[in-house]
Amino acid sequence: MAITITINGKPRAFDVPAEMPLLWLLRDVAQMTGTKFGCAAGLCGACSVLVDGERAFSCQTPAGDAAGKSVTTIEGLAEQPLGKALTTAWDETDVVQCGYCQPGQIVAAAALLKANPRPDDAAIDAGMSGNICRCGTYPRIRAAIKRAAAINAGGKA
Amino acid sequence: MDLTLNASRREMLAGSALLGGALLVPLTACAATGSPGKGGLAANTWLAVTPDGKIALALPKTEMGQGILTAITMIAAEELAVAPEAVQVTIAEGDAARFAPLSQGTGGSTSIREVWQPLREAAAKARAALLQAAATQWKAPVADCVAHDGAVLHKPSGKVLTFAALVPVAAAAPLPKDAPLLSPTEFKVLGKAQRRLDGAAKARGTAEYGIDVIVPGMKFAAIAECPIFGGKLAGLDEAAAKAVPGVDAVIRDDDALMIVAGNTWAARQALIAADPKWDAPPAAKGAQQAAIVGTVAAGLNQPGTVAINADPKVALPAATRTITAEYHQSFLAHATMEPSNCVAQVKDGACEIWTGSQIPSDAREAAAKALGFPLEKVTFHNRLMGGGFGRRLEPDMVVRAVGLARRVPWPVKLTWAREQDMTHDFFRPAYADRFTVGVDAAGRPVSWTHKIAGSSIMARLMGPAFKGVDEDVVDGLNAPLYDGFPRTVTFQQVESSVPTGWWRGVGPLRTAFAVECMVDELANAANIDPIGYRLQLTSDPRARAVLEAVRKQSGWDDKRTPNSGLGVAVIHNWDTYMAAVADVSVGADRQIRINRVTVAVDCGQVVNPSGIRAQIDSGVIFGGSAALWGEITIAGGAVEQSNFHDYRVMRMAECPVIETMIIDSHEKPGGMGEPPCAVIGPALANALHALTGKRVRSLPLQKGFEALA
Ligand code: FES
Ligand code: FES
Repeated sequence: MAITITINGKPRAFDVPAEMPLLWLLRDVAQMTGTKFGCAAGLCGACSVLVDGERAFSCQTPAGDAAGKSVTTIEGLAEQPLGKALTTAWDETDVVQCGYCQPGQIVAAAALLKANPRPDDAAIDAGMSGNICRCGTYPRIRAAIKRAAAINAGGKA
Repeated sequence: MDLTLNASRREMLAGSALLGGALLVPLTACAATGSPGKGGLAANTWLAVTPDGKIALALPKTEMGQGILTAITMIAAEELAVAPEAVQVTIAEGDAARFAPLSQGTGGSTSIREVWQPLREAAAKARAALLQAAATQWKAPVADCVAHDGAVLHKPSGKVLTFAALVPVAAAAPLPKDAPLLSPTEFKVLGKAQRRLDGAAKARGTAEYGIDVIVPGMKFAAIAECPIFGGKLAGLDEAAAKAVPGVDAVIRDDDALMIVAGNTWAARQALIAADPKWDAPPAAKGAQQAAIVGTVAAGLNQPGTVAINADPKVALPAATRTITAEYHQSFLAHATMEPSNCVAQVKDGACEIWTGSQIPSDAREAAAKALGFPLEKVTFHNRLMGGGFGRRLEPDMVVRAVGLARRVPWPVKLTWAREQDMTHDFFRPAYADRFTVGVDAAGRPVSWTHKIAGSSIMARLMGPAFKGVDEDVVDGLNAPLYDGFPRTVTFQQVESSVPTGWWRGVGPLRTAFAVECMVDELANAANIDPIGYRLQLTSDPRARAVLEAVRKQSGWDDKRTPNSGLGVAVIHNWDTYMAAVADVSVGADRQIRINRVTVAVDCGQVVNPSGIRAQIDSGVIFGGSAALWGEITIAGGAVEQSNFHDYRVMRMAECPVIETMIIDSHEKPGGMGEPPCAVIGPALANALHALTGKRVRSLPLQKGFEALA
């Protein structure tokens, strides 16, 4: 069955079972490896993407559910103004360590900033606690989100 | 920087064409072997100035998040007077000969300590060669020439020759035998915060980890390894597995089932359909958590092997009191964010491997041995790692993948599910420590007996050469911070069916928890302030300085706020001194919460302060997760935990405020990956005691606290 999904602005057709999680469709079929596999159980957030602008765990999203929808992965987000604000803030805050969780963190942060352009610490805790970082970059992620919020608001960080 | 997707092809380029005519510099330690100047980087040289004037560096250590790629590049850039961003770094292939006698292994906070001197010397020689080439050209004294920003400047005249212009001359001349190193006062790069060189690609999802490697024609595989240690695959429904669309092959090992398919999901579905059955070994019944922990504790009643013998010459007054305590630590999984994986291809008697390994040279050798191939027929492309923490020191995933690849006609990417990764780890051993300490009337130790029991990782790795004392387990106890009294340390090896391996913080992780909690107990017994007590026991100025620093910064001497307990710990390992004060509270739900952690570090010459601060955040969070919640338990010879719902790790909302103070120092640089992970556990336990009066002597703390409460 062909499933058409708009990925990073381009409609693409995939001949995959409807129940295949979007995670594997992206990584193995579309060969877009920016979206990471961490747990495949909705527990870590490494696989986060935006589906119609909302954060989704791609490991918990059947491809069929994404049919006809717009999926933004880290590769696409990094090209958008909000993604640019986030990646710039990440660079300036020197956030990453192993970096494996970071595409998922940035996607989650994008969803957070869309809903709440000036999140306080409590909002960051609530918005980001679905994402695990084993390297412990949380303090810098927190700082980077605040910086990105400032950049995104057009001000200086 | 060349860490992005499809790096393999460019890696080949870097090995050959690019380096023709380059100025190749052998590292001092490697100068005895190979023939620098011929054969490009493969001839055991990892530093070169290329004909286009760029610095090319093959990373001799591996990047798993600890920032070594950036730190090592900074060291080379400093001596060569270029910006770190201008250095072209590649992650080296697994190749023991190229880096010998340095180890390609990354662990034990050894990287900077091993690389610092030889790399500086090599880079200084390259600079000297370039200066000499310029001086010759200008017929000027070398002393009038300085390297600056990829060029040599003739100070009196202001004339400039770029490295590119000088490389042909410098490469043709013999390398200077030795060259002066920059003095710390001349440092422009070292000691200044440097943004990570691999950060941008990682944040944008374009960096290539082992799990991201795609090679043409590659298939995807999933694996179920026998859940019971030592068990075997007994049966499966092969027809059901093959009926799953996209399945290409069903491959059996003695103790595992692998499915090869067109994508990972199809392979995972087929594993479920195959419904593998397993034969448990007879010992599995007895392999229960309580029995294993009990056997480890019983090891303390054995005489053990003496690791450190009390110096009979030290004569102290008799003890007025004896204090004993016993500590227990849990099995831990590594739970790296990137699950185990490996891409392998076996074709025409040769093997190619792509994955992230902390010892790519050893992993390559293990693959060659498993295949029965000569070493030169095995190529190991090392990749960025989504965390290592000691897990990727083991080559088991590589051996498994090459065994699979030899039986299928395609290159194949084998990915462990999180549940497979967590249940087939090499776990941090469960340990027991017992102290019997005699103290004098002032509460100071006059005798000290420390017995340790648990698994020995060294015994597994050393085989018959092992003599009873695990040097990793007792690491640091030979040069203790607290001195002036005789001590005896013994080790009793106790094994179970649970495979054990190195875990971030290694031996001193266990030692720090036990010793720093015990010292706190002695301070409490003497009714002396825990920091004051430690200051009484150590004369080491660097240890005292980090203790004084956290005392001040943490507000240790201020009046405590309600529901806040402060605890301290200090360590000296890996050539680094570190003290931490943890501030904890306990909620109405009896959950321990870490509010704030203050850390002071003296790690000698600072390479990258941003990296040091990052490692402290990292160790506090990684080690804090483990100390509060980390526990792998065993039932019927199998691991009971499987994913992040039952192996709890710290999340954003649980993360404390972390403050770091770096002591200015020009001592030789110390390690940074391990120390914060080791210092945080005892600081937390001591803080919990300060707050609640309850001394939790077993890890994880939350469980131990609930058992006492
Ligand atoms: S991989 Fe999807 S939440 Fe972990
Ligand atoms: S940076 Fe390594 S898991 Fe987050």
